[in-house]
Amino acid sequence: MADLAEIWAAIIAFAVLAYVVLDGFDLGIGILFPVLKDRQERHVAMNTIAPVWDGNETWLVLGGGGLFAVFPLAYAVVMPALYPLIIAMLLGLVFRGVAFEFIHRSARRKGFWEAGFFAGSVVAALAQGMALGALVQGIAVEGRAYAGGTWDWLTPFSALTALALLVGYALLGAGWLIWKTGGDTQARARRCALPLAVALLALIGAVSLATPFLRPEYLARWFSWPSGIWSAVVPVLMALAAWHLWRGLRDHDDRRPFLATVAIFVLCYLGLGISFYPNIVPPGLSIADAAAPAASLRFLLVGAAVLVPMILVYTSWSYWVFRGKIGPEDGYH
Amino acid sequence: MFETFSALDLARFQFAFTISAHIIFPAFTIGLASFLAVLNALWLWRGDPVYLRLFDYWKTIFAVVFGMGVVSGIVMSYQFGTNWSVFSDKAGPIVGPLMGYEVLSAFFLEAGFLGVMLFGRQRVGEGVHMAATAIVAIGTLFSAFWILSVNSWMQTPTGYGVNAAGQFVPEDWLAVIFNPSFPYRLVHMVLAAYLTTAFMVGGVGAWHLIRSPDSRGAAIMFSMAMWMALAVTPLQIVAGDAHGLNTLKHQPAKIAAMEGHYEGFPQGGAPLILFGLPDDQAEVTRWKVEIPYLGSLILTHSLDVPLKGLKDFPPEDRPKSALIFWTFRIMVAVGFAMLGIGLWAAWARFRKRLYTARWLHLAAVAMAPSGFLAVLCGWITTEVGRQPFTVYGLLRTVDSASPLQAGAVGASLMAFVLVYIFVFGTGTLYVLRLMSLRPRDRIETEEIGPTRTAAPGPVTLEGQDG
Repeated sequence: MADLAEIWAAIIAFAVLAYVVLDGFDLGIGILFPVLKDRQERHVAMNTIAPVWDGNETWLVLGGGGLFAVFPLAYAVVMPALYPLIIAMLLGLVFRGVAFEFIHRSARRKGFWEAGFFAGSVVAALAQGMALGALVQGIAVEGRAYAGGTWDWLTPFSALTALALLVGYALLGAGWLIWKTGGDTQARARRCALPLAVALLALIGAVSLATPFLRPEYLARWFSWPSGIWSAVVPVLMALAAWHLWRGLRDHDDRRPFLATVAIFVLCYLGLGISFYPNIVPPGLSIADAAAPAASLRFLLVGAAVLVPMILVYTSWSYWVFRGKIGPEDGYH
Repeated sequence: MFETFSALDLARFQFAFTISAHIIFPAFTIGLASFLAVLNALWLWRGDPVYLRLFDYWKTIFAVVFGMGVVSGIVMSYQFGTNWSVFSDKAGPIVGPLMGYEVLSAFFLEAGFLGVMLFGRQRVGEGVHMAATAIVAIGTLFSAFWILSVNSWMQTPTGYGVNAAGQFVPEDWLAVIFNPSFPYRLVHMVLAAYLTTAFMVGGVGAWHLIRSPDSRGAAIMFSMAMWMALAVTPLQIVAGDAHGLNTLKHQPAKIAAMEGHYEGFPQGGAPLILFGLPDDQAEVTRWKVEIPYLGSLILTHSLDVPLKGLKDFPPEDRPKSALIFWTFRIMVAVGFAMLGIGLWAAWARFRKRLYTARWLHLAAVAMAPSGFLAVLCGWITTEVGRQPFTVYGLLRTVDSASPLQAGAVGASLMAFVLVYIFVFGTGTLYVLRLMSLRPRDRIETEEIGPTRTAAPGPVTLEGQDG
């Protein structure tokens, strides 16, 4: 039973990580929109993600829908607790998502939908970052329901995590553009990447320093044996990823900056996992507490065991179909 | 400003609004995905470029509508938790895994192959592109399968137990998935989606036949749509009737409310109230125009089977009649109007006047959005008719909502209403603009497939050849 719940916690964690990385670079491109030179460059940037963004966003549905399915209590507690953030994120994603098609359908309001693509991406990124901060701080639960107020999530710490995620997504977007474009666009993305990387590492440092002091159990987990071993390992790996990122940018490598940024995201995520485990909603709701009955977990696990590998295969195939650099002459509309 | 409404009312209105806005898009794209697969197959089979042109024409419309369906759908997947957290906690162990299957078997499938379908013809070749197009269509049907299973379980729950925490827990998954109303609802909705698409396609075809009678593309669209109307509408009427019998068996209070019957008919012989004004306070239907015995004939296929009225149920268990009496009638009227168009077109075809019958074309244009009206009215009927429960007979709506302040729910409702009206209103205008472009019959340039230069220019006029 507990094992099933932990397998599911791992699957949901994977889905959320997949979402953060994959839609992260989509949102990042939206966040970078004002930096891009002109309409044509923004068009190219958008075309690098046009065939894949929908699949990327589906991981968010799996994260939310999966939580509903296998940890209904966590879903029932977190959604009301983060209510305004969830609504803001959804509305941001509405503007971001429709912009892909609307920009091409509008003759006079292209600028408006470009602005909508940018604003929607920024709002979604900030809302997700704040939601992350609010979760790390912990959510008040009484019985089987959220017991806090409407604005509990709004704190300096959640503002910090929001900013960190915004910058992180922008860096992922820049890394993606370095990979998928050439010429001026690539050069511009490369110039953006360096300051973004410095800012991201500084923000990660600030969040990492603040986190252990938010709740005593985090402090214990990070500075006690054996979980404390990660306190040494994660920063070392982080430094390694940062070095790769810097080298990739300096050597004008196409893929390395993006992959190094993904590594930074994975490491941050790992760090969060260390702080959270064995809770799913800090401070009091554990993976086992929140899990649906074993019959529910088992039923969906059969499907997930078959379908998730298939999803990974055909999603990879779709990326492979649209491989290579996108230039101004490649239009997807 | 929200003092006059409770958080519960606002949450209900928010769900009704966001789901109504959402259902419009899948109702169209389920049928359109299949239509696109058929068009692409015809292009490959016959090699006639008019089919490729039609595919590209409807593909562009599909992309816009599908995009709106995706973003409004994500809202729905979070709506259960934000506004209905108690329902989520209690019904999650049953409803959640079914929706999980929808995500895993349908959403990823659609999203994974959509890019290839829209943009990949040249990159992957015709065969693989055809497969991707078919897979997207199959994905939309998988999606319908799972979400209708969820909805049907909420209407006619079976295969469950209740645990110590008060959660519904699965005992027999087959009984959960294939609950008693599911097969009827699935067939009724998929046919509704096909009809919705058929009448949109037919309306667009008719519009262009009126404006340019020599357009082959328009003629093909109109002809295909009218075949669909002729073949599917009778099936839909039969399916709707069977669905009604099923509802009478499992949710008799809903039927009584739909029919405006407050008094029961213990001896059968219920009249059909054609029109009237149900008054839920006074428990009487005023100003009614009725046909004797027809109600029993339709509902029980006999004259002497007893029928319950709303007064046979405790007041706290009754759905309100005033709204669904009318939404049900509108849906049925639209269905018969669709049948009329199908027969009219068959007659015109027989007389070899299908492409010149101006009045038929005008009627088809007027009926273009009829499927949306019928789908919305049908869903209002079945969902409002499920009240006052979320899980029929087991979990009351009033016990399902999140512990939220009315102000928070009201503010988010306002935000959804404003954003949806603006975004989806604009999207609808874009779709109408695409539909107003005349379909091209030939390939004018060497340009085949979806590519288009990104250079500035009148890209929105793509597809227009004067």
